[in-house]
Amino acid sequence: MSAHRGNDTIRLDRRRFLQVLAGTAGALVVGIRVADAVDAPLPPALLGDNFHGLGAYVRIDADGNVLIGARDPDTGTGVATSLPRIIADELDADWNRVSVVALGLGVGDRNGQPDWIYGSQVGGTGHSIPAAWRDLRQAGALARWLLLQAAARRLGVSASRLRCDSGTVIAPDGRRVTYGSLAADASQIALPGQAPAVKAASSYQLIGRPAGDVNAHDIVTGHARYAIDEHLGDALVAVLVHCPWPDGTLARIDTGDALAQPGVVKVIQLKPEAGQPLGSTVIAPAVAVLATNTWAALQGRAKLKLEWKPGASGSENSSTMEQQALATLASQAAPTTRVRNDGDVDAAGKKAARRVEATYVQPWLAHVTAEPMNCLVRLDKDRASLVVPTQAPQKAWAVVQRLTGLAPAQIQIRVPRVGGGYGRRLDHDFVAEAVILAQAVDKPVRLLWTREQDFAHDYYRSGCVHQLSAVVDRRRRLTGWNQRMASASALSRRGVPEDRLWSSELRADQLPAGLVPNFRSDWYAQPSAIPRGPFRGMPHLSNAFAVESFIDEIAHQLREDPLKTRLRILGEPRQLPLGDGASLDIGRLRNVLQLVADRIVWKNWLHSINGLGIACWHVDGAYVAHAVEVALQGETLVVRRVACAVDVGRVINPLGLEGQIAGATLDALSTALNPAITFKDGRIQQHSYKDYPLASMTQLPREVEVITVPGDRTPAGASFLAMPSAAPALANAVFRASAVRVRRLPLMKELLRLL
Amino acid sequence: MAPVQAQILPPPADSNIVPEKIRDGIDLQINGEHYRHTGDPKMPLLWYLRDVLRLTGTKYGSEHGENGADLVLVGDKAVSSITLPMDTLAGKPVTTVEGLAARDGTLHPLQQAFIDEDAIGCGYCTPGWLIAGVALLRRKPKPGDDDIDQLPNLCRCGCQTRVRRAIKRAAAGKAGQP
Repeated sequence: MSAHRGNDTIRLDRRRFLQVLAGTAGALVVGIRVADAVDAPLPPALLGDNFHGLGAYVRIDADGNVLIGARDPDTGTGVATSLPRIIADELDADWNRVSVVALGLGVGDRNGQPDWIYGSQVGGTGHSIPAAWRDLRQAGALARWLLLQAAARRLGVSASRLRCDSGTVIAPDGRRVTYGSLAADASQIALPGQAPAVKAASSYQLIGRPAGDVNAHDIVTGHARYAIDEHLGDALVAVLVHCPWPDGTLARIDTGDALAQPGVVKVIQLKPEAGQPLGSTVIAPAVAVLATNTWAALQGRAKLKLEWKPGASGSENSSTMEQQALATLASQAAPTTRVRNDGDVDAAGKKAARRVEATYVQPWLAHVTAEPMNCLVRLDKDRASLVVPTQAPQKAWAVVQRLTGLAPAQIQIRVPRVGGGYGRRLDHDFVAEAVILAQAVDKPVRLLWTREQDFAHDYYRSGCVHQLSAVVDRRRRLTGWNQRMASASALSRRGVPEDRLWSSELRADQLPAGLVPNFRSDWYAQPSAIPRGPFRGMPHLSNAFAVESFIDEIAHQLREDPLKTRLRILGEPRQLPLGDGASLDIGRLRNVLQLVADRIVWKNWLHSINGLGIACWHVDGAYVAHAVEVALQGETLVVRRVACAVDVGRVINPLGLEGQIAGATLDALSTALNPAITFKDGRIQQHSYKDYPLASMTQLPREVEVITVPGDRTPAGASFLAMPSAAPALANAVFRASAVRVRRLPLMKELLRLL
Repeated sequence: MAPVQAQILPPPADSNIVPEKIRDGIDLQINGEHYRHTGDPKMPLLWYLRDVLRLTGTKYGSEHGENGADLVLVGDKAVSSITLPMDTLAGKPVTTVEGLAARDGTLHPLQQAFIDEDAIGCGYCTPGWLIAGVALLRRKPKPGDDDIDQLPNLCRCGCQTRVRRAIKRAAAGKAGQP
């Protein structure tokens, strides 16, 4: 029997409350309720049958098993492991008895408006861990407090004299009571007036200790089910052909042969909805083939006879855009936005002893998630059920709600483990496609994109050009910095005001802002109809490459060791205010630089036959540096060693962090070495991995030496922390090995051109 | 000793054995189980595994299998299952990632080594890495770095360094050890 305990809650902040319920079969359930969530779909495993309105995170069963909900989608970032461990540590749970449940979207209905039961649910943006640190610990702490009270009553000992260890309460006389046996009693304990204190760091049992991925066993046995693996008995498989131009039109269609293909049920045309922001509607006009199985659908698709007509984007060429960007930056044109202007850059230029200038060109990039876009949707009269590989289930919800008109809580979105995100899955064009198709056929639909479409229809990272100019005074101090960047904003056609379009492209507080008395940063918008969107590591990725390559060029001009130049520019350890209450901790940034320098044996920098390169960056309160050693053997570039030092504050899961740092380092190197998206007459020219080569094992270093700075500060996110400084450290190492300064990516193509 | 007289016995009266005609279709052997495919002989194995057998551990990665997510073992060789039409598989033993572990659930040493080394990013391409790694270990039980370098798989999560460690761990017989 389960009982609702009414208004038994503890206020955490304006909208968040801790709440406790007695679960089925004597379980204790603790959740964080946001405002007045009601009537929400909840994972049954976590809640039993009839609970509503609880953002459940912890369930302790009478048999001692503990279920913990993971709030944010895990796209390979490890949050399915790290977030539950934050809760489990506060609870003093036995990790071996903990099962993790992916919560999926938690949405309730508040007067027709969505009520996000679990608060924000986003993966892969670096915010999961900081957010969890703010609230998830409380859920674990309250559960532990309740269990302690129940144990105190049972044992006749004051709670303050009891201690908890791995799912057991232990009395001073050695008597032990398991959490499982206390769960039912604990669920009836009156709540304290305020949230119980969270643990002191000295008593952490799980936080700071390594833990393997909770889904590892399922993954290595092939039993982990991604959205693409989900089936419904009568679902039709939908595959599509998209128009090569997002603004093109269908000029001619002959579906005869496609429909004659055995298994093919229907051919349906799709169009982007006018007025909808990018990422919320179909990405380009498309024709979908629906069939009873994937092979039939693919064969049917191959038999479609289609003729597309280009729209205005049909005149766009990536090479022309680059020329235009270079021409704009060569002119005296006023910027679209002056992002920052400290001191007087022009006056500093007149007094300069030396001026350094360089221009960096970086290509368009695609996301290439391992799991292609897909979506399973079933529509009933009063319910939509979806399985979506998304980083942002709330945004997916908005698309489904708009297309179906269903009430908020009538939309259920399950988010299993996701096969890579990198920002691509913050957009939900593929969800719109699946819902529209399911409406058209009145049957469940399983939508699948092929890889070719993935390359040709992405929300790309725009190519960009950085023109950098620095002046140095007689005492070799950096006195002026003028950065001008041209790119097509990732925020265009997404309802963002014109004067904020720069914010996806660069940061006002990026290095070396605040360290140079006269500093100017201008951004020039480039128009383009080729879709753009969020991309892993942006805007840091492109800016770190330009800035950290340029600092090396300054060092070279000054005939100085580039590590020394960096440390000189950074100056003494201190807190440098960045605005919005944030600050740059120069000491921590210096420290990560020094750590990678020591690891790579930087004193060999001058005389080594191999090239050594170094770079650093900071991302939202986390610090990173890379040191790279390369050898050039003929035309083959061998990355001999890579060291990466990071300071993220407190480390939740060192093994997970190391994986993120090594992984992002390899991703950044792979991205810098070879691939580029180009378009001609508005058509993307890359169709397969052959055209867009990710690095193979031979091209990557055999090890990434990760150094983690221990710390007790509030943990920062790390999912893309190691992206920004890897490529400039590589290019700086290549310069030492070859005397070739690579100012254009992809690196290998440019290096071979210049060698 | 008198020769034994062979007796031809009539079939038992209640026999219902009838000679079987040659059936259409392709005999398959997947993870030790026998199946018969009577559909399109040109269908790639990948879709048979995923849509028909619902063995979804083998993943769709690309049209030509370049990223290795769709690798399966045919005999001891890792082959892209999207490039394998069903009619090339008659009588050939196929092993998917689901078939790597023993029947009692004991993991293959390389599976265990992947867990030990946490050699998993998003995990989507992990089955493909495992298949490629198992094929390598069968061909060369003590592979060197140069051998591991030849694995065809691609991974944007950057799990390559940990995969390398896992293969070395399995080869050293240290899977499952601290």
